[in-house]
Amino acid sequence: MKVDINGVEFSYASNAVLKGITFGAGTGEVLGILGQNGCGKTTLLKCMNTTLSPCRGCVTVDDSCVQEMSKKEIARKMAFVTQTTNITFPFTVYETVMMGRYSRIDALGHETEKDVESVYEAMNETEVLKFADRYIDELSGGERRRVMIARALVQEPEILLLDEPTLHLDINHQFDLMELIRNLATARNMLIVLVTHDIVLAARYCDRVILMSRGEIAAAGTVKETIRPDNLRRIFEIEADVTEDDRFGMSVVVVGKADRSSATREEEEIPQHVRHGIRAENTSAEDYGICRTDCVTKFKSANAIRGYGSQEEDR
Amino acid sequence: MTELSSLDDLKHYHFSKKKRSFLIIALTVLALFLTFMATLMIGNYAVSWNDVIGILMGGGTSAERQIIMDIRMPRLLCAALVGAALSLSGLAMQSLFKNPMASPSILGISSGAAFGASLAISFGIGAAVLGSYSIPFMAFVFCFVTMGAVYIIARTKYGVATVTLLLAGVAVGAFFNGLVSLVQYIADEETLAAIVYWTMGSFNKCVWDSFYLAVVPVVLGIAIILFRSRELNMISAGEEQAANMGVNVKLTRILVITGTSLCVGGSVAISGTIGFVGLIVPHIFRMLVGPNHKLLIPLCILGGAAFMMGIDTISKAAFSVSIPVGILTSLLGAPFFIYVMKTRKKEMWE
Repeated sequence: MKVDINGVEFSYASNAVLKGITFGAGTGEVLGILGQNGCGKTTLLKCMNTTLSPCRGCVTVDDSCVQEMSKKEIARKMAFVTQTTNITFPFTVYETVMMGRYSRIDALGHETEKDVESVYEAMNETEVLKFADRYIDELSGGERRRVMIARALVQEPEILLLDEPTLHLDINHQFDLMELIRNLATARNMLIVLVTHDIVLAARYCDRVILMSRGEIAAAGTVKETIRPDNLRRIFEIEADVTEDDRFGMSVVVVGKADRSSATREEEEIPQHVRHGIRAENTSAEDYGICRTDCVTKFKSANAIRGYGSQEEDR
Repeated sequence: MTELSSLDDLKHYHFSKKKRSFLIIALTVLALFLTFMATLMIGNYAVSWNDVIGILMGGGTSAERQIIMDIRMPRLLCAALVGAALSLSGLAMQSLFKNPMASPSILGISSGAAFGASLAISFGIGAAVLGSYSIPFMAFVFCFVTMGAVYIIARTKYGVATVTLLLAGVAVGAFFNGLVSLVQYIADEETLAAIVYWTMGSFNKCVWDSFYLAVVPVVLGIAIILFRSRELNMISAGEEQAANMGVNVKLTRILVITGTSLCVGGSVAISGTIGFVGLIVPHIFRMLVGPNHKLLIPLCILGGAAFMMGIDTISKAAFSVSIPVGILTSLLGAPFFIYVMKTRKKEMWE
């Protein structure tokens, strides 16, 4: 399985949020997306699973354009765990996780033993089985986040999109959750794309990292290639020490804020090829030529029918 | 609280929950049947249980048959239909808008229907062609006029956002309420009394024709919402998350709103506007069994029907004059609602 994002652009009215994002990723890896607030990280995830429709460009999974797939097809390919959980009417943990089977259950909604087994597997992996009969609003933030990941796993997706999974968690639970994410990528051989603000955790647990700035890819590559003092100064305007550790891999120590003028100056020097991001192996812009036009046209007309995920609604 | 540790535990938990759901539904069906029988027995002319069974099987005197089959039966079936429709509509609106305070009136549909009925009562619109059916007909037509207006107002070039729909419903509802007040203001005393009585809700004028008028739209509306129970579960837990799990949110929204309009339209056409049922019945059952629509929807249909039959029987039997049911749904429903809320709040509102 491979996912390719090619030339994705997105705007809220006249405000361009994504400016030609291009990268590729494959199974079994954890890809971290980092950047300052408002740089377009979450918008990129939403464009990947068609919650938002790109103005230009396309997202393909195994060369099939996601914008042309039905909602259920997309749900079987990729799951998305959002930052927040709505608990106006709190369901039990078991009911919540079982909801994730929606795209795999028949139209009449009969839950079979296979569905129960899938739920068991996911709840066991995320260690939430013991909470099965509890209401979701009775759980802590960390436990709730695990339940949401379990619900995403029962979709049996090839790609798992996580939007700030460690938000509001204490440091201990942050590490626990990132361990879980790392293990899931290996055990289920799935691609995990996670948006995070935590450079330390990204350096420790991601295979590759994309650093975004103002809707563009400012740096992309392995952790060693991207999480470097100069990149961090340029993108986050911070001074940091980055060292390689035998036990924990890359470790980052943030020292303080950088001198703003030097950071701005360095940003102007981003090489053109880096600004355009990392391109999937054996692919080129031409490979997407036909798909790009078709997808955008079809998706725009489909969006008029589909309605959900329109730009207005998600603003 | 069950703590599970193995696959067998989880399978047992899953299937025991299913059995429990079936049992609860079966008990509610039994409660509905008992309420139905009891309400057939109660009235100015009391009929015993055995006599009611005999009449239903084709026996009894002609006077008894007339009382049971031509007076009480259509009235009860209308009450059951309206109770089921309003309860289910309230549940659907609360889940769709993720708002515990939502009810069938939230989209302004009831107000629109009230205006349609007011026009028919005051100015006799449609009476020349439809006779006494002009009031339910106008109420029904204005339900859909209101729904269409709300949807058109809420629509933007990007689609229809739920919050915009809610606000448009509130605004259109307020507008029609204003029009109803205007019609009441210019109406003579007799007409004013008729409008006010209609807006309080009553089954006094319900006959078999009323039932036939409402049964098709209400059953169709109930069926539409019933088959969207899984989607309503997921939407009530968040629209964006539901879409991420494969739910076609827009289609579900359109179907549920259409189903609600059919239910409310059919109901107000035969009984006038009856408040509070759509708010309290779903909440009572949600507090008792949780928010899962697979169980909640059948319970709201059955329980709403039983609730309304019971209230209607009290309204006609407990007082020397028949009191509009809309008054009793509030007077009796509210204390019961508070009782359930205080005793079962652990699950929902703690």
